[in-house]
Amino acid sequence: MSMKLCRGLLACIAILLLAGCQTVLMSPSGDLAVQQRNLIITSTVLMLLIIVPVIVLTLLFAWHFRASNKKAHYDPDWDHSTILELLIWAAPLLIIIALGAITWVSTHKLDPYRQLERLSAHQPIPEGVRPLQVDVVALDWKWLFIYPEQGIASVNELVAPVDRPIQFKITATSVMNSFFIPALAGQIYAMPGMETQLQAVINAPGEFKGFSANYSGHGFSGMHFLFHGVSEEGFSQWVEKAKSGGGDLSRDAYVKLAAPSENEPVAYYATVEPGLYRAILTRCVDPESPSCMTRVDLSPHDGGDSGAMLQSGHASGMAAMATQPHSD
Amino acid sequence: MLSHPDLAKLIFGRLSLDSLPLHEPIVVYTFIAVALGGIALLGTVTYFKLWGYLWREWFTSIDHKKIGIMYMILGFVMLLRGFSDAIMMRAHQALSFGDSHGFLPPEHYDQIFTAHGVIMIFFVAMPMVTGLMNFVMPLQIGARDVAFPFLNNFSFWMTVSGAMLVMASLFIGEFARTGWLAYPPLSAIVSSPDAGVDYYIWALQIAGVGTTLSGINLLVTIIKMRAPGMTMMKMPVFVWTSLCTNVLIVAAFPVLTVCLALLALDRYVGTNFFTTELGGNAMMYVNLIWIWGHPEVYILVLPAFGIFSEVTATFSRKPLFGYASMVYATVVITVLSYLVWLHHFFTMGSGASVNSFFGITTMIISIPTGAKIFNWLFTMYRGRVEFQLPMMWTVAFMVTFVIGGMTGVLLAVPPADFSLHNSLFLIAHFHNVIIGGVLFGLFAGITYWFPKAFGFRLDPFWGKCSFWLWVTGFYFAFMPLYMLGLMGVTRRLSHFDDPSLRIWFLIAAFGAFLIALGIACNIIQFFVSFKNREKLRDTTGDPWDGRTLEWSTSSPPPKYNFAFTPIVHDHDAWWMMKKNGFKRPLGGFVPIHMPLNTGAGVIMGAISFVFGFAMIWYMWPLAALSFVALLAVGIGHTFNYHRDYFLGADEVTRTEASRTELLASHV
Amino acid sequence: MSDISATLPADGPKQPLVFLDTAEHHPVNGTLLGFWVYLMSDCLIFACLFAAYGVLGREYAGGPTAQEVLELPAVAVNTTLLLLSSITYGFAVLAMQKNQRNPMLVWLVITGLLGAGFITLELREFAHLISIGAGPQRSAFLSSFFTLVGTHGLHVTCGLIWLVVLITQVLKKGLITANKRRILCLSMFWHFLDVVWVGVFSFVYLMGVLP
Repeated sequence: MSMKLCRGLLACIAILLLAGCQTVLMSPSGDLAVQQRNLIITSTVLMLLIIVPVIVLTLLFAWHFRASNKKAHYDPDWDHSTILELLIWAAPLLIIIALGAITWVSTHKLDPYRQLERLSAHQPIPEGVRPLQVDVVALDWKWLFIYPEQGIASVNELVAPVDRPIQFKITATSVMNSFFIPALAGQIYAMPGMETQLQAVINAPGEFKGFSANYSGHGFSGMHFLFHGVSEEGFSQWVEKAKSGGGDLSRDAYVKLAAPSENEPVAYYATVEPGLYRAILTRCVDPESPSCMTRVDLSPHDGGDSGAMLQSGHASGMAAMATQPHSD
Repeated sequence: MLSHPDLAKLIFGRLSLDSLPLHEPIVVYTFIAVALGGIALLGTVTYFKLWGYLWREWFTSIDHKKIGIMYMILGFVMLLRGFSDAIMMRAHQALSFGDSHGFLPPEHYDQIFTAHGVIMIFFVAMPMVTGLMNFVMPLQIGARDVAFPFLNNFSFWMTVSGAMLVMASLFIGEFARTGWLAYPPLSAIVSSPDAGVDYYIWALQIAGVGTTLSGINLLVTIIKMRAPGMTMMKMPVFVWTSLCTNVLIVAAFPVLTVCLALLALDRYVGTNFFTTELGGNAMMYVNLIWIWGHPEVYILVLPAFGIFSEVTATFSRKPLFGYASMVYATVVITVLSYLVWLHHFFTMGSGASVNSFFGITTMIISIPTGAKIFNWLFTMYRGRVEFQLPMMWTVAFMVTFVIGGMTGVLLAVPPADFSLHNSLFLIAHFHNVIIGGVLFGLFAGITYWFPKAFGFRLDPFWGKCSFWLWVTGFYFAFMPLYMLGLMGVTRRLSHFDDPSLRIWFLIAAFGAFLIALGIACNIIQFFVSFKNREKLRDTTGDPWDGRTLEWSTSSPPPKYNFAFTPIVHDHDAWWMMKKNGFKRPLGGFVPIHMPLNTGAGVIMGAISFVFGFAMIWYMWPLAALSFVALLAVGIGHTFNYHRDYFLGADEVTRTEASRTELLASHV
Repeated sequence: MSDISATLPADGPKQPLVFLDTAEHHPVNGTLLGFWVYLMSDCLIFACLFAAYGVLGREYAGGPTAQEVLELPAVAVNTTLLLLSSITYGFAVLAMQKNQRNPMLVWLVITGLLGAGFITLELREFAHLISIGAGPQRSAFLSSFFTLVGTHGLHVTCGLIWLVVLITQVLKKGLITANKRRILCLSMFWHFLDVVWVGVFSFVYLMGVLP
């Protein structure tokens, strides 16, 4: 019976693996997500090296040494074997050494803050290409995307050209969210008063789902958007569309937008008040508000970042390095 | 008088008739059902005049065995509540697609997943683990009770008090809508102004006090009260895992206490610990709660490991393979469990070096855990494995748990976690280890020690039904969630647009339905076993041919546990006694020093409930009054110097003689 | 296989193993150990509060800074009172060990008075801070300051209540074993609070007034 169970289990695993290959995490369209997928597969295979024998041995031993099988060798006092014990500690140890090395390297290589080094496995970044800047704000319960270079903004719609690096700067207004486009790259938290970053690139045109991956209250389920990977041309057209069709994102308009709302439709803003993102980040949209981080030096863009960093830097000794710039 | 609004506000705080969730039909029906059930139960107890018996023999009992059993009952009752939440969630998610919005509005659904998590961890797994440790551990070390019997009773009632607050939130007001760890700023007063988070805070604070005290109690018991000859390296493995668990409790729960206290200060006093204003820092909460939260996982699973060790050795008819390496593995896990908390929030943006440090420490835990699995494996090797129910749970555990372990290590790789964090893959992972590890362990333990506690075995047929339903139900319920996780589906969603996901949710709901049948079989099993208790009677006190000291005494054990304190020469002390021709003494008994029952614990538990309730609803006078009352009863109890007595030698002789008779009549 | 433990007569392997302790068996009383373990868990509570202060202690949010609000001279008096009370408690324990009930009670009362003095000064400091608008709501620094110092103060208050209860119990029952054990527990508690205060004093007050 246990052999049947075993076979059944293996069949189930095979079906799951096959079905799993078609999922968004297993067939993503962004280089970062592809590398994360490869890492998931490598780690799983590495661990299966020990997991499969353990499962097989468990079922085998349980079956073979069943009480009714009087032919099986019975050794009622056998409870120690130095060689075996060395082996059972060494086997997982070796796997973990391998996995630990992979972890160390990949965590540094796939750090979301790190400047991209390539567009994809076969495509280096062409000379002189600057990443597209997008400032992301998680609101209750919708996403605001500000394009500082284009001077536009959109709600619940994100568009980026294929094969051009994107640099997201991410914050939130009231509660914690997590910015996640599975096809593009891994997620990162969006937290009020703090800034996180994500560097990514999309390698294929298409529509991809994006959403908040951290529960944030009543309207959480409706807090999703579409991410469009388009050609450079398509991107310019989209920018034009926003510029011609959208309103102005002034501070007042932002305050109205920030009021809690659910299942918000897509909207565009043709202009964005300068410095709005920084004001949101430092909680100074209303400069008189008690939450405005008065200590933050607002003038130079780079120096200003440290205000938010200071915030997060104190979280714990460990999270201290959280938002520090990564020079490597 | 009540028409005077100020006075009403003073007395009732913010509690009003509007706080009753009369607009939620599900809650109303549940309330009617619970009320009818409650009335029926109270009526039965009154009809059979059981109040005095319950009060004298159970509520006020300081006997570790009875307290252990009461913990188990609490855990099981709360399991029913926690599971109702689970099946509602599964059903809702299977229905809520496209135009259909399921049967739960978000504000209700959000309470349900929060309550499910809180209840399952704090009021199911914790009481059951504590209950088993309470019942089994003193018997295994040859002690007559725990170090502080009154404290034990008090701890139990504090846990009950916390559980009752969570239950009250179902019918009066609402529970938190924040997820089971209540991260601020969502749980701050600005985002969650209602009583839900306050229920959360006070239920956990009050139960947490109980847990911490019980941790201290059991820790001291293991260190000070072992039978002569039982050195540390001769303790049964379950005692070892209990020791480590209680060390973890004592070292982790204060962190939770502080964390919740600071959140409470933010909400009640207006301080700025975790706010987004005036310098507060929400990330500190996330760090603090996980510094408690990760050891908590091991608090739950270590005793389960202990149970599997006992069960595997007993039913393989062999001593545990690699006792020493099992002990070291347990200790290593205990220490390492404090060095991994950050893996719960790699996505908060810590640097790569920090993330990889915590990722690698997490992976290192899998080494001792792997060693443990191999030890159980080699305990079966060259054994005579008897597939009684506890052993079946153990084998199911070994197969299931390694899968959960594997996905856990996968989640510990930070870049992989960036994709899988907060997804249903994560949900599948921790249910895989908590159900596959902790719950299977608890079921193994319950079946294994049930005859010791009640004197008759559990019916194996219904037990096996329950086993197969639980195990297949588990795979049906959670394997689809791994899939959904890979499809990029995140947790805590109450509505979906993509119809292609639906099939997986339907499979998962089917799995939950199988588990529901499994729980039904559990309940039937208890009834059938009780009905056939004469047929299932254990007269020997040693129904499984056990190896440790608890099997040396009668089933159920007399209140003094052992007429004479055993002397231990090796691990598997009882096995050794049996092999060396141990003869049960028939006379020469001496009086036994025993603790006296007291009602202080249950009274203080009840007052704590009132205090918590008053704080939740801002009923300041009642809160002050109950707090003073709590202090008064507590101090009053310290004036009671008459806490123990001697059980006469004649009564010991009588009890032992009746056992002799029983043994003789069934040989 | 079995190494015979010290509890056995080591007369040689022929001797049958003894499996039962047929005398009346009393396990060692674990109260003092239990209290130690409790103190360690309490110590963790303070550790977390210190950590919170470490994280938030410079988050003045435009409000008063530590340098502006902390007054060392008053705290020096405070500290002296508490340290002295630890010494007087020590004398009480010495008297207890000599079974001198009345001198012990006198020392306990002195300890209580010193402790009460400490609490009074602390409450005065708190009242002053709140009156100048530097209450716990003003900034994260003040939140963590009030909570850390206040939690210590709450512990001292509990210690004082316990002291009163214990004095009553000694008056009623005399220096019986149970009471002696309680006096030792309170002694550990009291000295523990002293040690924590040394931490508070150095970490919050001394370091706080540093620029």
